[in-house]
Amino acid sequence: MARLLDVKGLQTQFFTQDGVVKAVNDISYTLDEGETLGIVGESGCGKSVGVMSLIRLIPSPPGKVVAGEVIFNGQDLLKLKDNEIRSIRGNKIGMIFQDPMTSLNPVLTIGRQISEALELHLGMDKSRSRKRTIELLELVGIPMAADRVDDYPHQFSGGMRQRVMIAMGLSCNPQLLIADEPTTALDVTIQAQIVDLVKKLRDELGMAIIWITHDLGVVAGLADRMVVMYAGMIVEEAPVKELYGNPRHPYTLGLLGSLPRLDEVRDEKLESIEGLPPDLIALPQGCPFYARCKYRIDKCETENPSLHSVGVGHGVACWIDIDKDPITTENPWTEV
Amino acid sequence: MSDNNKAETLMKIKDLKMYFPITQGIIIQKHVGDIKAVDGLSFDIQRGETLGLVGESGCGKSTTGRAILQLYKPTAGSVIFEGEDITTIRGESLRKMRRRMQMIFQDPYASLNPRMTVGNIVAEPLEVHKIGGNAKERREKVKDLLNVVGLNPYFINRYPHEFSGGQRQRIGVARALALNPDFIVCDEPISALDVSIQAQVINLLEDLQQEFGLTYLFIAHDLSVVRHISDRIAVMYLGKIVELTDRYTLYANPLHPYTQALLSAVPIPDPVADAKRQRVILEGDVPSPANPPKGCNFCTRCPKAFDPCFETEPEFKEHEPGHWAACHLYQA
Repeated sequence: MARLLDVKGLQTQFFTQDGVVKAVNDISYTLDEGETLGIVGESGCGKSVGVMSLIRLIPSPPGKVVAGEVIFNGQDLLKLKDNEIRSIRGNKIGMIFQDPMTSLNPVLTIGRQISEALELHLGMDKSRSRKRTIELLELVGIPMAADRVDDYPHQFSGGMRQRVMIAMGLSCNPQLLIADEPTTALDVTIQAQIVDLVKKLRDELGMAIIWITHDLGVVAGLADRMVVMYAGMIVEEAPVKELYGNPRHPYTLGLLGSLPRLDEVRDEKLESIEGLPPDLIALPQGCPFYARCKYRIDKCETENPSLHSVGVGHGVACWIDIDKDPITTENPWTEV
Repeated sequence: MSDNNKAETLMKIKDLKMYFPITQGIIIQKHVGDIKAVDGLSFDIQRGETLGLVGESGCGKSTTGRAILQLYKPTAGSVIFEGEDITTIRGESLRKMRRRMQMIFQDPYASLNPRMTVGNIVAEPLEVHKIGGNAKERREKVKDLLNVVGLNPYFINRYPHEFSGGQRQRIGVARALALNPDFIVCDEPISALDVSIQAQVINLLEDLQQEFGLTYLFIAHDLSVVRHISDRIAVMYLGKIVELTDRYTLYANPLHPYTQALLSAVPIPDPVADAKRQRVILEGDVPSPANPPKGCNFCTRCPKAFDPCFETEPEFKEHEPGHWAACHLYQA
């Protein structure tokens, strides 16, 4: 498969009164055509900022992409002029945002909001874009699409609004769809509907997807490859089965251990990761996970490991090998 | 925690209903209908157990918790706590009763007063109920409580904004423990927290249950969390309990089609196990509780619905010992 996206050394910072918030720190990853990449991490780990930086949606000031390249179809998106990036956003790259309740304009009809992109990017006239909008609504499973195209967002339920957002993201047949926690605000049964729909559309339309989430469960059945982020850095990258079956970073291991699983009852306690992520204004000199890591050694405090390969397509940023090296600190957080 | 739950019934809820009126008109308010948030629940809570209550948003699970604690006045039904119906008591005796029942709220950002120090927040229940001695003794008690929930007592003079979400939830837990309650309603205590922090709070709640012999009603929408922490689980849909059983049976042998769909919709963090699962994807959305469908509440989305489902409401019956369900498929 051809390479679609190549992110190299991306760094995004926010210049605030309290100091420079280093939200994304030197991340690199690639995406092939038709591939689904899951990016997981906790709130504030830079997963959304990292992806919004790709399409230059970081509010500036205070935010700024300070370094890096984003090669999409052979051109660097960070070097494009404003009108050039505008012709790619919503066209070649579609987006679905987290909260379907607030990302639709309440005073415009659904049809108007979807057809806007069609008229702008594909130069359709009113009647053709309306026809295409109805087709899109049918594609995402909205019943009686021809009647509902003139409804306003408040007339739709949460799940239906997220379907409208998906229709909007797909309107111009994008090569890449960026989904930023698209199911977080929805109930589980609706989440299952949406995930199922996205899978079906991906197989039909063959676009690549970047799916951002904090829920390791949702992406397990959806992604081909996974990236785990912590404090604005990529700490582990692996094919999906490899990541869940053979996690190599203590943070990934901790995350998986802290999830209760529906298919097994564990009578022992959950393995929680004690403590809190570091302050992004004052990042530690060494590994960002040092303060919470059970496997840490002295080197971790002073030198930040970079991503190195431990298997086919499997990279991890850690000095130790959790399969071989022993646990050094039982209660890392209290012993700092 | 699962061994001692055969002992005694702490709380008996009978036919609990909580309707919120819909009114029309500006000056003269005309009563035109009801939102049937909770519509006839009956179940027991055993001393020392954790009863999980799951369901989607808007199914009435939080309202149930609040109606049990008498934070809402139930429309009908009774809540019998140690032999006494607490829906009929008033005034001072109700206040005394409240000491024994506490609540942990969902949103640790909204449930702590930003202008009070942690010390004052945790001490407030003691002051309201005039227990815990003089100010100095209360302060010592607050320090103990902070210690119990894993916060440094040194933080006693800080304000809520100085804490992270997980720490704030610990403050909420300390406040609930201040009066030595028997029974705590945990209303989605971990939904607002990050994954790694959720496990910390779940472990804390389990430790405290062991230490103080607490009984929990644990309300959540995340079935995997509920299954981890609960002894028995009640599944709610549109104001009614559709199934109630222990956590093993619920997963191994779910009777109600809604439970089956809910179980299959919960993602499993393992791509190999996830690929093997049979999925039941429900169509459509939950109907409005102001205008529930005729017959079974679930008939509009049920993949197995047949004629009686659209006519009569199924009875909530015990099908096997300790396994209750309300479904026409099993009525014969």
